[in-house]
Amino acid sequence: MFRNQYDTDVTTWSPAGRLFQVEYAMEAVKQGSAAIGLRSKTHVVLACVNKASSELSSHQKKIFKVDDHIGVAIAGLTADGRVLSRYMRNECINYSYTYESPLPVGRLVVQLADKAQVCTQRSWKRPYGVGLLIGGLDESGAHLYYNCPSGNYFEYQAFAIGSRSQAAKTYLERKFETFVDSSRENLIKDALFALRETLQGEKLTSSNCTIAVLGIGEAFSTLDQETVQRLINEFEVVGEDPPAEASAAPDQSDGAEPGPAAAAAAAAADDDDQETPAADQGAAPMDI
Amino acid sequence: MTKQQANWSPYDNNGGTCVAIAGADYCVIAADTRMSTGYSILSRDYSKIIQLADKSLMASSGFQADVRALQKVLAARHLIYQHQHNKQMSCPAMAQLLSNTLYYKRFFPYYAFNVLGGLDSEGKGCVFTYDAVGSYERVGYSSQGSGATLITPFLDNQLKSPSPLLLPAKDAVTPLSESEAIDLVKTCFASASERDIYTGDKLEIVILNASGIRREYLELRKD
Repeated sequence: MFRNQYDTDVTTWSPAGRLFQVEYAMEAVKQGSAAIGLRSKTHVVLACVNKASSELSSHQKKIFKVDDHIGVAIAGLTADGRVLSRYMRNECINYSYTYESPLPVGRLVVQLADKAQVCTQRSWKRPYGVGLLIGGLDESGAHLYYNCPSGNYFEYQAFAIGSRSQAAKTYLERKFETFVDSSRENLIKDALFALRETLQGEKLTSSNCTIAVLGIGEAFSTLDQETVQRLINEFEVVGEDPPAEASAAPDQSDGAEPGPAAAAAAAAADDDDQETPAADQGAAPMDI
Repeated sequence: MTKQQANWSPYDNNGGTCVAIAGADYCVIAADTRMSTGYSILSRDYSKIIQLADKSLMASSGFQADVRALQKVLAARHLIYQHQHNKQMSCPAMAQLLSNTLYYKRFFPYYAFNVLGGLDSEGKGCVFTYDAVGSYERVGYSSQGSGATLITPFLDNQLKSPSPLLLPAKDAVTPLSESEAIDLVKTCFASASERDIYTGDKLEIVILNASGIRREYLELRKD
């Protein structure tokens, strides 16, 4: 690659004003398996594809509960994601301890972004190689944020990261205007549809995806396999598009799915999915 | 020339009494709701009981500011445990955590006299009793606080078989039924309220069993 001369150090600028190490870190996010987030006024749904590195291994945990009112889905170096989740959980616990109230998501997102920025300005550190989709609730309702390795963060109505996320983004771009007032059930169905787009032909089952929901009056929880499979069956039967009205079936969002132990040490930290680089190559990604 | 004594103490005693009784498949924890300082009453409706986990309850008498701080520390530690282990802490695990937390401040102790109660991993009732610096023991029943000196001998009399006084050591749970245990607790507090000025106003009883958690209240003497 012709960028070699200026990419040894995170603290070296290129003549074009880019920090290549940070851009490489963003590439790591694109290599990870897909994670999707969408929000309505009252709920946030996080969904991710579970890719196990081999048939013998378990899949890695990519969705973490941070607090009752905050959850995160990651893509990229899952080890970095795990460490950042631990940081976020700690921050929430400490804030609750001091102020006896939940940490506002917006604050957490900024703290995380500042933490990521530090790693872009120290010669002895490297940027975190993980993108985080943070869903959370505060007084003004439900929010979805995306934190990059560059230290930037953005708020979204819906977003997808990781490999083949462009397919999901295309679907979300078509539908996002309906999300604001969407019901919880329809939001989940939209997440499943978007997730299906990233699988490109492969069958979507409850064993290759994880869905988590949080909302006003509903603490963060991961949907159990049965519920997810039932939802998948429902929309496969109906047809291509999700139903306009919410189905009457009440969803049971049971307690946290017993995720396989994070001892997937044998597996590589990120999943290897070849993806052609996204079309927005012109500007340095962190200038967006 | 005598050494000058401190005229300010970081501690205060807010009084009150706590009791816990372990049964075969339930646990009863009770505490009065009076909070006092010196000879004055600060509140007639202050709860000394907190649910730390699914199956663990703690009642603490002593200095309520320290009690509150202790409760917050344990709650935060429990959250961390849940994040790491994906499950709730068992009562014996919480018992050990409480002991370690108290001993951590061995040289500036929490002025808290605790009684931890709940169900162990087999579903049997368990009660753990503590001193201010973390020394603890699993017992069949226990009482702490200003009325403990009045209540403990009575409980010894009524619940002798799970008592540590009896040798050889027997199983730590009482053969009493849940309703009998609750009545016993009510009797204890009714008697303690008669003679202990720091105990009274209202009694809060929390019962933990396989079907969940339940609360009962009983009016006590207000004087």
